[in-house]
Amino acid sequence: MTGPGTQTGSQRLQRLLALVPYVVSRNTVGLAETAAAFGVTERELVDDLNMLWCVELRAPDPYCPIDLSYEGGEIVVSEAESIGRPLRLGTGEASALLVALRMLAEVAPAGSSALSRTIAKLEAAAGEAAAVSAQVQVQVDKGHAEDVLGQMQDAIERRRRIHLRYYVPGRDEATERDVDPMRLLVVEGRTYLEGWCRRAEGVRLFRLDRVLAMQVLDVPAAVPPEAEPVDVDEGLFRPSPQDVSVVLELRPAGHWVAEYYPCESVQRHDDELRVTLRTPDTRWVRRLALRLGEDGRVIAPADLAAQVGDDAAAALAQYASGIPGRTD
Amino acid sequence: MSRRKTERLLGLVVCLLSTRRALTAAQIREAVPGYPDSFEAFKRMFERDKEELRELGIPLETDLASPGDEEAGYRIRRQAYELPEITLEPDEAAVLGLAARVWQRAELAGAAAGALLKLRAAGIDAEDTQTGIEPRVHTGEAAFGPLWEAVMARRPVTFAYRAAGRSGVQPRRLEPWGVVNRHGRWYVAGHDMDRDAVRVFRLSRIEGAVSFSGPPGSVVVPAGTDVRELVRDWDSDPPAYRTATLRVRTGAGHGLRRQALAERPDGGGWDTVEVSFHDIGWFCDYLASFGADVIAVDPPDLREAVIRRLKGVPQ
Repeated sequence: MTGPGTQTGSQRLQRLLALVPYVVSRNTVGLAETAAAFGVTERELVDDLNMLWCVELRAPDPYCPIDLSYEGGEIVVSEAESIGRPLRLGTGEASALLVALRMLAEVAPAGSSALSRTIAKLEAAAGEAAAVSAQVQVQVDKGHAEDVLGQMQDAIERRRRIHLRYYVPGRDEATERDVDPMRLLVVEGRTYLEGWCRRAEGVRLFRLDRVLAMQVLDVPAAVPPEAEPVDVDEGLFRPSPQDVSVVLELRPAGHWVAEYYPCESVQRHDDELRVTLRTPDTRWVRRLALRLGEDGRVIAPADLAAQVGDDAAAALAQYASGIPGRTD
Repeated sequence: MSRRKTERLLGLVVCLLSTRRALTAAQIREAVPGYPDSFEAFKRMFERDKEELRELGIPLETDLASPGDEEAGYRIRRQAYELPEITLEPDEAAVLGLAARVWQRAELAGAAAGALLKLRAAGIDAEDTQTGIEPRVHTGEAAFGPLWEAVMARRPVTFAYRAAGRSGVQPRRLEPWGVVNRHGRWYVAGHDMDRDAVRVFRLSRIEGAVSFSGPPGSVVVPAGTDVRELVRDWDSDPPAYRTATLRVRTGAGHGLRRQALAERPDGGGWDTVEVSFHDIGWFCDYLASFGADVIAVDPPDLREAVIRRLKGVPQ
């Protein structure tokens, strides 16, 4: 089975067919600029141009349909014959862009004017190829106050520090911190602020739906040069060597954990899954283990397993002692 | 693809685009350099070439030139081949560049790059500018590629599926209507051919290969189908809300307090918090996760469910 991105053998033909219209639509364009636009070296580009120039048709009368030159590093096409316009968009190509554009429109309704114009133009140009694109959709979770995103975009643009009141569910804590914003990430259907957290003195991600309150401060953001942006293509949460390795055993009703959290390994033993995950902070695992009840068991580390048992016992003790907090 | 083949196919495209009337195979062999001398070998190579061009989305037409002509004629109509005029303002070109980045390193990176290449060829400068927002959609599930293809081509599929909480896998036959990403996970919705009903499947629970089981164009998506709605309805229970009364330790339970209907201090370091819930199974597990910081007071079935959950925790 071939996906749209796997026909590497045909990529050169696609490039050749795009090259002539690329130059024609710009009248003349430099070799270096063109090579960069097509992601090839100048040498490969010159080889492409020579191949186009050498196209020959022998019947009814022999002729060379394409005439071009690249003297002095400037490409000019003087005869483009029938390939002066690019090939129309395929269904997969048009859909890939349209699905992405519609997702972006959902993220940023405020700045969506350019998006909706682009969507309309692309739909018109793609014609029939656009029809099926609505069958694929990427939904972005909202759950954050409408103005939070706008305020963050504003702070990023004006390079202003922000103050966040931020909820950390793994520790059930509301935290206060100043953050120098870097950019917004939309990954796995969720929106995050990436920024330099002045409390943690490191780059941190903040899920927008966990922002309890925010304020743009009248202080310039000062992202230190050592602040390394997260590589979003590698997944947002990369385990580090210092992390604790946690092993959980899951009954069928707890199997969702293997899908929900990034696991280092998942092994199946009959109906049980044994998963290993790495985390810098095991407090959320204790909460997860309570939530799982009999459907999950902490195998390692042993002290974590013991803590979970204590947590459950402490909670049950509250129930056994009657309703706590009654003051009469 | 060898250099000679690329040259031959390029010549073939230019030839078929330039011609006003359809050309027979023999005429094409005359005009386009690079075909072998033996007519049989030529026919085989030409068949493969036609297939290759169609796979690239080049609208190669076959018509029987005129009645009485036994040989088919071939041509590419310019109108069907060419991308219509499209011009974008600078802010529009910027969002286009951003859209193409969504699929970076995902299954559709190639398709997005191919589209961008053609749009650049149409004169658009889709800038890869930093806009302060970095969107990504991942397609880690192996089933995504074939299901995307199936939806694009409207083809039915078969696959093995492991339903939630079940240990065995079952074969499924599906007419896919659409693919939806919800909460960062991919789902396919469609007509389950064996059950003759609408079904939704999570891609991460598909095991092994997804195979096409019918020709392109054979799936008809019913008019008015909203695939996103199908997935949402499948993913969530019909809400029948009840109110829970909870005792929450002061300074704890922020996740609960955020959705509180009412909240009042009780003294002694405890607050009473009222929260509405509908799925008791999910909600009692959630309450258990707070351990000794949250006590379910009412309703009694909720209170008992939390206690049962906590008693289940292995000691």
